[in-house]
Amino acid sequence: MKIAISVNSSDLEDKMDMRFGRAKKFMVYDTESKTNELIDNTQNLNAAQGAGIQSAQNVINAGVEAIITGHTGPKAYKLLSESGVKIYHSEEKCVKDIIADFTNGILKEADSADVEGHWI
Amino acid sequence: MIIAVASGKGGTGKTSVSVSLAKAIAELDSKVKLLDCDVEEPNANLLLECSRISETDFSVKIPSLDISCCTGCGKCAAICEFNCIAVVKERAVIFPDLCHSCGGCSLVCPEKCISEIESKTGVITKYSSGKIHLVQGILDIGKAMSPPLIREIKKNTESEIVIIDCPPGTSCPMVTAVSNADYVILVTEPTPFGLHDMTLAVDTLRKMKMNFGVVINRSDSGDDRVENYCRKENIEVIMKIRESIDAARAYSKGIPLYDALPEIKQDFISASKTIMKRAGEKI
Amino acid sequence: MKELVIISGKGGTGKTSLSAAFASLAENAVIADCDVDAADLHLVLSPEIVKSGLFESGKLASIDESKCVSCGKCSELCRFDAVKNNGGVFSIEETSCEGCGICAHFCPAGAVIFEDRKCGEWYISKSRFGTVSHAKLFAGAENSGKLVSLVRKNAKEKAVEEKKDLIITDGPPGIGCPVIASITGADAVLIVTEPTLSGEHDLERIASLIKHFRIPFSVCVNRFDVNEEITSRIEKKTLELGGMVAGRIPYNKIFTQSQIRSLTVTESGCSEIENIIKNIWENICRRMMMTI
Repeated sequence: MKIAISVNSSDLEDKMDMRFGRAKKFMVYDTESKTNELIDNTQNLNAAQGAGIQSAQNVINAGVEAIITGHTGPKAYKLLSESGVKIYHSEEKCVKDIIADFTNGILKEADSADVEGHWI
Repeated sequence: MIIAVASGKGGTGKTSVSVSLAKAIAELDSKVKLLDCDVEEPNANLLLECSRISETDFSVKIPSLDISCCTGCGKCAAICEFNCIAVVKERAVIFPDLCHSCGGCSLVCPEKCISEIESKTGVITKYSSGKIHLVQGILDIGKAMSPPLIREIKKNTESEIVIIDCPPGTSCPMVTAVSNADYVILVTEPTPFGLHDMTLAVDTLRKMKMNFGVVINRSDSGDDRVENYCRKENIEVIMKIRESIDAARAYSKGIPLYDALPEIKQDFISASKTIMKRAGEKI
Repeated sequence: MKELVIISGKGGTGKTSLSAAFASLAENAVIADCDVDAADLHLVLSPEIVKSGLFESGKLASIDESKCVSCGKCSELCRFDAVKNNGGVFSIEETSCEGCGICAHFCPAGAVIFEDRKCGEWYISKSRFGTVSHAKLFAGAENSGKLVSLVRKNAKEKAVEEKKDLIITDGPPGIGCPVIASITGADAVLIVTEPTLSGEHDLERIASLIKHFRIPFSVCVNRFDVNEEITSRIEKKTLELGGMVAGRIPYNKIFTQSQIRSLTVTESGCSEIENIIKNIWENICRRMMMTI
């Protein structure tokens, strides 16, 4: 299955971007083929209100079944969960370790948004 | 006749002046409607001995989707200027928090599967205080928008004389509150902050082509910059109220200027006559 | 890096005067003026603008008379009373237009121009106390909080760039969107209030907003000696709500006098008030666990 991780770059040693709505990019990792591709999310960096919605649309259109990020706001959470996408929250770690945590079943599913929506 | 009381800066005494003018006009043997449109922090009821008549919920219209007929065409998301609709996996998802209730999504849906439902955003309370009838609006905490509630309160204008206690500032809540008034009073204080914010309010009122005058509160507490500005700009100063620790103490206990300083009653009565005269004049 | 936001609920309590005083006491801070509807902090900080930009938000409709066929469809559909009909000549009132675009969408003659709306200007300036991020909202503009968010974003970027450890944000009055936009993600909030029935009533509303966001807050009563009984009630309520009492300030003409001289209250030579404010500042910093 495909999972999307909010990231700053394509470097697996780089730390994950803790924010979902304002992430610069998403790394879409395929757990079967163990390959990854990078999708751009910068059109959302300047969107005031609705960044979470647009980022969610972006990853849903990429066909992911789960996302891993640091924090999810209420609108992103609503759109992702209503579309059947699972949401996992992780501490700030490098992407490589986060993929390992996910594969080993360490990450827990988030049952609600964990931050308020805001505009910055 | 509609008189709006506004200010650029908050805390200049707008509510105390509104209530005092209402009392002065009531003294002149006239029924007055006082509309408290400072819906984020309404205070007029704290300055009047009043009894509550009614309390009703206020709601705005937000879209509601019938999923069974949604084809995911995206026309609703495309027309929404406020990012309230997203379309994923061939269906629309609605985020009503910042909905402005324009009705566009419902109009544009080809399958007619968006209807409008009511969503409570505030409360309208009516009070009676002698000849003064107070209508207050209060916005629910966390709700975004004042203007729809303000517009609803302003429907209560079936009365000879209506005084509107406006929100401070010069952005859309204040503009909504003052629009269509016959005369606007700007309450200010003679300080740098007071003058600066007043000039912003003056710019707004001029843009809206409104008839207005100024009341200087705590007129001896600062310097003469406000009076100089009014003279230069040909703005009428309707009334000056001197600073008074007694008035401040009385206000803290919910006593408006009109009752706190007996010597000021006459000033308010003559100011209200001037204001009503101006409100009746065409520009 | 931490952010302290100073708000008031009710306007006119002395929020901006106190924010300016803190700016003069802080050693390593960037200042943000988020009261974009009626920005006053610059009158005391006297900043020099280094960078500025136009702030565009939402849209505005206007009618091209040459194309208009006076069918009145726009007026029929507009829910905001923004369409004016002057003897068959239709126009849109800028201050009433919400920017929803329905008129533009449904006009049969394509006569409605619908463009981005210039709502204000943002500035990044330097002052005697450091960098200031501020803005000005144009008259009648929609105050949704977006400009507030931009001012905070600019302040954060400068703070990171200049390696500052604190942002002092002068917040807007009220409890609406602009206030929400100024406090989300803040490390601490100070509510400046006054000992009046209005001040007490408005404090309850603003405190419940802050609790919703789970931000540690403190309260300071300004002009406390106008009504000591209400001051005590406010301080008791603060503790009940889980906030800290940061201190209380007596009424003093120095607040207006220093404003007239374009100085902060702590630069005015009134040692009684200076010491009281320094004390409040230290209490707040200690609570934010900052070195003073």
